[in-house]
Amino acid sequence: MPAALHRPPEPATDPAQPDTVLSVTDLCKSYAHVCAVEQVSFNVRRNEIVGLLGPNGAGKTTTINMILGVLAPTRGTIVIGGVDVAKRRSQALSRTNFAAVYATLPGNLTVEQNLRFFGLVYGITNLASRIEALIGQFDLLHLRHTRCGVLSSGEQTRVALAKALLNRPQLLLLDEPTASLDPAAAQTVRKQIRELARQEGCGILWTSHNMYEVEEVCDRVLFVSHGRILLEGDPRALPAAHGVLSLEELFIRLAREPLHHTDEKPR
Amino acid sequence: MRLRPIAGIVLRQLYLFRSSPVRLFPTFAWVAIDIVIWGFLSRYLNDIAGNHLNFVPNLLGVVLFWDFFTRIMQGVTTSFFEDVWSRNFLNLFASPLSISEYVTGLVLTSVLTSLIGLVAMLLLATLVFGLSFVSMGLMLIPFVLVLFLFGIALGITASAMVLRLGPASEWLVWPMPALISPFVGVYYPISTLPAWMRAIGHLFPPSYVFEGMRALLNGEAFSAITLLSGTALALVQLVLAGYLFARVFRYTVRTGLLARYSAESVG
Repeated sequence: MPAALHRPPEPATDPAQPDTVLSVTDLCKSYAHVCAVEQVSFNVRRNEIVGLLGPNGAGKTTTINMILGVLAPTRGTIVIGGVDVAKRRSQALSRTNFAAVYATLPGNLTVEQNLRFFGLVYGITNLASRIEALIGQFDLLHLRHTRCGVLSSGEQTRVALAKALLNRPQLLLLDEPTASLDPAAAQTVRKQIRELARQEGCGILWTSHNMYEVEEVCDRVLFVSHGRILLEGDPRALPAAHGVLSLEELFIRLAREPLHHTDEKPR
Repeated sequence: MRLRPIAGIVLRQLYLFRSSPVRLFPTFAWVAIDIVIWGFLSRYLNDIAGNHLNFVPNLLGVVLFWDFFTRIMQGVTTSFFEDVWSRNFLNLFASPLSISEYVTGLVLTSVLTSLIGLVAMLLLATLVFGLSFVSMGLMLIPFVLVLFLFGIALGITASAMVLRLGPASEWLVWPMPALISPFVGVYYPISTLPAWMRAIGHLFPPSYVFEGMRALLNGEAFSAITLLSGTALALVQLVLAGYLFARVFRYTVRTGLLARYSAESVG
């Protein structure tokens, strides 16, 4: 394993730059004797899709939870759209939104009711017209009065994405958004998300275990293992740079080779 | 505090009532059953006692007030449980919604549902059993206010407990009013109780209400200072309940309990 892989990268851009929508600096999360995330630093820029990759338990969801303000970091700062989450939580969170396969919308509300409920929670003005636009954008017109609990996985993902865009977020967090979708539905969702990043100008942080998907969608990837970022770069260029044939092969190699730092914290 | 997010919490509950009228069942059904049982029992006791004592206000009246208090408390907890049952915490608390906005939304939801229940209770008790609170006059207002404040405080405390201990602790919440009732003298004067039970009873504001009600209904003197003490106690407990909820919320964010509440199977 090249030594460069074991060096935690510095943030790629200056947080003060206006096109930085997310700046994570020296982020750590410890539970008793376990260090779930350690010295993680990275940025996400406007119009950029960044893949957060790593094996199960690597610290991806912990990192996302900290960015979303539902988990307090032990150390480090998270700045969304120029606002520190720890200092001005509501203001920072009004600039972001998320969709995750494990955070389904209340199944006892209809699609439209869910969008109205979360639209109010996010304090959206002109909510009715925003809901109409999103219902059209995600082809939900025929489902608007259907309870979310009876929708298929693909339909639920579309509703979750519509909810995630209610507030026109500067930063969109997508935790395995295509995990439960069939290949055709997943392709449609990937296309929609790529268009979103381009048209809405938001930055996207995307986690996935599907490396083909990551190569297709992401502009940049961060490999996380044992709570640290091991590698960062262009998903199309990284495999060749590290002497492997594909991103999947690189992923497996990184996932199977644990860190050998002498200063590695006990897990 | 912003109005839109609060309106969102209230609107969600109204959607649930509209889409599933069975949710309104507890608001009316248990109240109606209580009034019928205690109403006929009061009539029977009136027949036995002759003209010495009117049991309708003394027994049915206090039962009605106790039911009102129970509805207020359960209005807060049921609204909170909707988020527990639908695993909605991640969606809610990863948004700009503040804790004070969330709790205010729960309280307003409870006010709406319990007022509907109170009107139904009063109509039934007045029309069928001739219950009248005329003898209490304006004192009715502080009595209702104290029960309302304590109901809200207990509802917030119970919600904080479920947030801290997990969804299974919901089963500790439902019997709370029944556990308190022996100490606060709902059905008998607290002078009947042994000293240690009286001491506990004085920690609960409803004991001042029921003592006051009983005194007024029987034409006895009742100190306004005592009622003021009950009101002050209820206000202090309401503030403490809000503080407790905020503290528990911060604890769940620090320890990761909040994120796991949604991300993992709850039990």
